[in-house]
Amino acid sequence: MLYLDHAASSPLRPEVWAAIEPFRNDVYGNPSGSHAVSRQAKNAIEDARDLIASLINADPREIVFTGGGSESDNQAIKGRAFSGGRRGAIVTSPTEHDAVLGSAEYCGSFGSAVAFAKVTVDGLVDPAEVASHVTADTAVVSIMMGNNETGVRLPVEEVAAAVKAANPAAIVHTDAVQGYVSERVDVDVLGVDLLSLAAHKFGGPKGVGLLYVRSGTRLAPLVHGGGQELGRRSGTHNVMAIVGMAAAMAALEEDRAGFRARVMGERDAFEARLAGLVPDLVVTGAGAPRMVQTSHVRLPAIRNEMLLVRLDRAGLAASAASACQSGAATVSHVLEAMGMTPALARECLRFSFGWSTAEGEGARAARLVADEAGALR
Amino acid sequence: MRALVAMSGGVDSSVAAALMKEQGWEVMGVTMKLWQGPAGEAPTAGCCTVSDAEDARRVAARLDIPYYVWDYTEEFMSGVVDGFVDDYLTGRTPNPCVECNRTIKFSRLLAHADALDYDVVVTGHYARVTSDGGRYRLWRGVDTGKDQSYVLSMLGQDQLAHLHFPVGDLTKDQTRRIAASLGIRTAYKPDSQDICFVGQRSYREFLASQGVVSIQGPIVHRDGRLLGIHHGITNYTIGQRRGLGVAVGEALYVTDIDSGSGVVTVGDRKDLEVDEVTVENMSWVDRPVAGALLAQYRAHGRAVPAEISLEEELTIVRFGEPQEALARGQTLALYLNEEVVGGGIIRTTA
Repeated sequence: MLYLDHAASSPLRPEVWAAIEPFRNDVYGNPSGSHAVSRQAKNAIEDARDLIASLINADPREIVFTGGGSESDNQAIKGRAFSGGRRGAIVTSPTEHDAVLGSAEYCGSFGSAVAFAKVTVDGLVDPAEVASHVTADTAVVSIMMGNNETGVRLPVEEVAAAVKAANPAAIVHTDAVQGYVSERVDVDVLGVDLLSLAAHKFGGPKGVGLLYVRSGTRLAPLVHGGGQELGRRSGTHNVMAIVGMAAAMAALEEDRAGFRARVMGERDAFEARLAGLVPDLVVTGAGAPRMVQTSHVRLPAIRNEMLLVRLDRAGLAASAASACQSGAATVSHVLEAMGMTPALARECLRFSFGWSTAEGEGARAARLVADEAGALR
Repeated sequence: MRALVAMSGGVDSSVAAALMKEQGWEVMGVTMKLWQGPAGEAPTAGCCTVSDAEDARRVAARLDIPYYVWDYTEEFMSGVVDGFVDDYLTGRTPNPCVECNRTIKFSRLLAHADALDYDVVVTGHYARVTSDGGRYRLWRGVDTGKDQSYVLSMLGQDQLAHLHFPVGDLTKDQTRRIAASLGIRTAYKPDSQDICFVGQRSYREFLASQGVVSIQGPIVHRDGRLLGIHHGITNYTIGQRRGLGVAVGEALYVTDIDSGSGVVTVGDRKDLEVDEVTVENMSWVDRPVAGALLAQYRAHGRAVPAEISLEEELTIVRFGEPQEALARGQTLALYLNEEVVGGGIIRTTA
């Protein structure tokens, strides 16, 4: 099996298995309790928090554990828009993840003004243009670090700087769910106030993530209740998953340089070989900086749904990157925003590489894709 | 040999998939996503709902076959829904299920199956295909109450060569029993009755939701009396009795709709009677047939004796006895006893 859908989800890193082993039997307390059994669980999540904070240059109190990337994005957008009983304005871009766009639309239904930055054909935004939408009412500006479909790396640092220059009080959020997989995150270097991560994209467990919340940033909580996470996210902690996420992050940082070199090597070999075999291949975002782990390509005259079935049958897992709840490939809002017609968008596939990708898989995958595409032509 | 089963999530296509698997075919399940409601709203009735796809996915998992949902929403919009709207705007009575079979299921899906090296496409229709010296023949399903050959009457040799309808040899009860014995979770799911994209709304509500505005005009009795003004011809179909919007003592029926002038004509019940229709876009299962046949003009209607004569572009169908409430746009299927001979679209009535 050739698994090239890491952007959808990556297998658990072995370090995660080791870290969560004690939670199979021994550590079962509710971290919010007061006795020794609870303290053990509480210590585990606070150790995880300390470790995670150090890895992204944050203060531990700035880390809020969530149920994943979508929740983090929802918390960032809705939490800002509704903070202080307002209906604050939102600035974002049409290529954001649906968790951001859906949240913005929802806030819009309550009266928040939502402005969209322009996107180039390569999937980039212009920081100055983003900042031009910022007003005194802007509650949050949300521009992702790396696009989950195309792999395009957006200029978040410049966006944050331009936004702060326009309005120093404006709050900047970035969805770094994909960006963090291949690039170190330092919240001060990025210059953002809110940042979303999801553990399963980098070898951690599914159903857990975090929202970095810069000290002093006011947020209305999404989940009310027992007041966990300093009142910012109620609900009993998923202790095992949080510990697993921290272990995956530590393993990722340890392996950062090697990961980038391996994954980029395979991705580049894949694209080079495929371009040789399919001369009319078009690489999406070729004119923009791209994350090393993603290859988003268009194979002219090939319907992506058909090619995916052939690849699945041949043992290669890839994706059309945008699917509705039923599982059908839909025309991607990202590609549409980049000016692609629905017909062209239906010729696009995403191949994404990850920590478990082995040497030579990129080239092997390219031959397979070329063969199966050839059979469809 | 490979079989692609079009799985709606209902019991018939689920059992069709199970039977093909049992017969040793390499089976793949596909749910065709044909329609989606306004953003954020999954359709809740008819086919194409997320929950129907989930049913199909669970059945496929139980049968241990690969399963996919393919998106045909654009083709469905241009090939079926646009025509549906257009038919009402021009005073015709459409049959979108037939159009879907013609333009999507038995053309696009068949082509895609072929591209993926699948030998046949399988559906849960109640109809039978036999082959006879290299020629394929299409028959009514064994269960006359469930027979769906009418909506398949546009099929020809090229398509029938690659189609299997495994439940056509079964009664609906048998199908449900097989499903139950296999532990298929859709065994007792009710049959879908609605037009999938219209759902439980009326077709008028659907047209309104699509922003369709049709021309207003007078309601005129065949005898010349002006009875009132209507609010759009799409509110009327031939044979309609209720909701005419006129108050007169007698029972009245819509007998004609003129989309050009906007005139809706009403008359007595006997004015609905039709002796003869012309049929266009006629498709023959094997070859054109004239003479004495049976004609059926509703999905679950009766087949009635008719004399068929062939002209260059049109097929003339003269009924043995006058028929009521035939409308332009309806599909007319021709049978020789239980065998489907062909089908087409009613162009004019007389």
